[in-house]
Amino acid sequence: MQGSRLDSRPMLRLLSDDDVDRIHRAAMRILEKTGVMFRSREALAVLGAAGARIDEGQGRAMFPPEMVMEAVSKCPSSLQLYTSGGSPAAFVGGEESHYAPGSTALNFGDGDGRDAREATSADLRDIARLVEGLPNIHLQSTAVVACDVPREIADLYRLYIVLCNSSKPVITGAFSVQGLVDMKDMLSAVAGGDDALRAKPFAVFDVCPSPPLMWTEISAGNIMDCARFGLPLELISMPLSGANAPCTVAGSVVQHTAETLSGIVLAQAVKEGATVIYGGAPSLFDMRHGTTPMGSVETMMIDICYAQMGKFYGLPTHTYSATTDAKVLDMQAGLESSLGSVLCALAGINIISGPGMYDFLTCQSLVKLAVDNEICGMVYRFTAGVDASEEAMASELIESAGPGANFLSSPHTLRFFKGEQYVPGPAIDRRDRKRWLSKGGKDTIARAADVVSRILGSPAAPVLTDEARSRLDEAVRRIARRHGIRSLPLGPDL
Amino acid sequence: MSSLLLEKLVESVVRADREEAERLAREALAAGVAPRDILMLGLSPAMTRLGRLWEEGEVFLPEVLASAEVFEAVSRSVDSTGRGGRAPVGRCVLGTVRGDLHDLGKNIVGIMLRTAGFEVVDLGKDVPCEAFVGAVRQWRADVLGMSALLTTTMREQRNVIELLKKEGLREGVLVMVGGAPVTAKWAEEIGADAYAANAHEAVEKAERMLGVV
Repeated sequence: MQGSRLDSRPMLRLLSDDDVDRIHRAAMRILEKTGVMFRSREALAVLGAAGARIDEGQGRAMFPPEMVMEAVSKCPSSLQLYTSGGSPAAFVGGEESHYAPGSTALNFGDGDGRDAREATSADLRDIARLVEGLPNIHLQSTAVVACDVPREIADLYRLYIVLCNSSKPVITGAFSVQGLVDMKDMLSAVAGGDDALRAKPFAVFDVCPSPPLMWTEISAGNIMDCARFGLPLELISMPLSGANAPCTVAGSVVQHTAETLSGIVLAQAVKEGATVIYGGAPSLFDMRHGTTPMGSVETMMIDICYAQMGKFYGLPTHTYSATTDAKVLDMQAGLESSLGSVLCALAGINIISGPGMYDFLTCQSLVKLAVDNEICGMVYRFTAGVDASEEAMASELIESAGPGANFLSSPHTLRFFKGEQYVPGPAIDRRDRKRWLSKGGKDTIARAADVVSRILGSPAAPVLTDEARSRLDEAVRRIARRHGIRSLPLGPDL
Repeated sequence: MSSLLLEKLVESVVRADREEAERLAREALAAGVAPRDILMLGLSPAMTRLGRLWEEGEVFLPEVLASAEVFEAVSRSVDSTGRGGRAPVGRCVLGTVRGDLHDLGKNIVGIMLRTAGFEVVDLGKDVPCEAFVGAVRQWRADVLGMSALLTTTMREQRNVIELLKKEGLREGVLVMVGGAPVTAKWAEEIGADAYAANAHEAVEKAERMLGVV
């Protein structure tokens, strides 16, 4: 009877099979005829050796369709992520969704988010600790760029702070070619060696092409290093519809497909079987304000369509959603975050980055993370679908109870209600007015702030073993010394 | 008669109707209107009006860009310098910094500066420090505008400013920075003269720095 539960999982697709096929062929044609620019001699050499036609003058690689499809066929269809301690944490594949805080915000907003300021290391520590305590946000991310850290190590130091404060798998990324190498060393230090890290990955690296159809030296270098080191790679193509991509949903998806496939080919050319997540962060380009609204419904449509392409190619998928363009945590923030969370989960997107973020992708907020955690809880309940087993239908119970009965004291209720009902709160409030008033009549922001205080106010349990922590500290010391850095906020003694 | 013609010209540029705008400009020239007056009264007001309409959310960016193209084309057909004998407001060197291939915002800034009467030397994207500094020297630029969209590349803006100092060129040029991760605080930190959040602001600040308005 469990079978009916799985069959009825709600699912959302926007493209017909024919659409998928035509988008696929359009992307293949672009890859073969126009090609993609790689501002990296090494990448061009690797691709040339693997069978791409290289135009040195233009710095472009043109890909024969067979080469692309062979690379796609080498990609694993799923990925098991672990905690930093090596326990299974998140299966990235199938129709499952896992949320991660939106990444690399420059600003941080307290309270209702109106007064955003530059983010600090302490903010990132708080975000990591909060997310560790939020059950519906399964993944961490290097959520902000801390302004109190020297820029040379701003990428890797984010990872250090998250690793010290949470054991959940982390979505991250490097700001330079060397940055990624250093970050691999830090992860290895925690895992206890490169092999241990490869066997039980607990970090995913985001790498972004520059639309349309270009990869920088850094991004191409990062792809190749991820493949070499066995680090899961998440490609983040970000067409902006109407700006650096066609203004149509379909055109943006075609461009996204071509860019993502070109990254996949490079990864597989370096190492067959490299794990690649078919991700992205596209956006509509707002023609009135020249902005990139993540909360627009067209942005979500592009997300859903390219994820469908990713599933067509048999890869795990990712997107940026569950975020908002509101500058203050208000109704717009709630509705855009909810809409994105629901739609992208229904599309079966495996990793959804965005919770906590607002003001496009520029601000992170503890309060919003606490609210989003409850939105995600509702989504998980929804995507679990309807249990229509005989027992759940309870026809016998209805018959035996008869007209006028109540079910509150029925053993069936006691047995089933917890599985049937997701109980949100305290950010979502379901008290009646009188009791709500007696508890202070607090609004969403204040209730979510209570969640934040409770989790951050409880003593922090160490997330790394003493050995792992001292190896990680030593790795960071080495890197900091190389850059001549004398002190680091929240860091080890240098 | 000519004022009605020029008013129609403004309208046609706002509508981005190139054929009509070119026809009206020819008609005005034939009627003896000075190129300078066609520019000042028939073309520039269109861009000012569009800038205002855009601020108010009444027109959309692709429409502003289409009008800017008509503006440029008609300006040049009226007068080969496109300025009708007016001196350029200032000379601006623009580019996206090394390692960064995002040039959309920078391009919009370039178009807006041109329509405001600046002479613009656009170095493109992925521009090394040396090329910025070389162009500032070669063109004796009044303003240097640098764009960076990535947190990874914004520090290049600092490198360019440092190189300008080393080459003794910093005093002679006003440096303006922009791009998604860039803030006023960052501009101050690296010793830039101004930060602009968007194309409109870029024009405003460039004009203010040069004392044009």
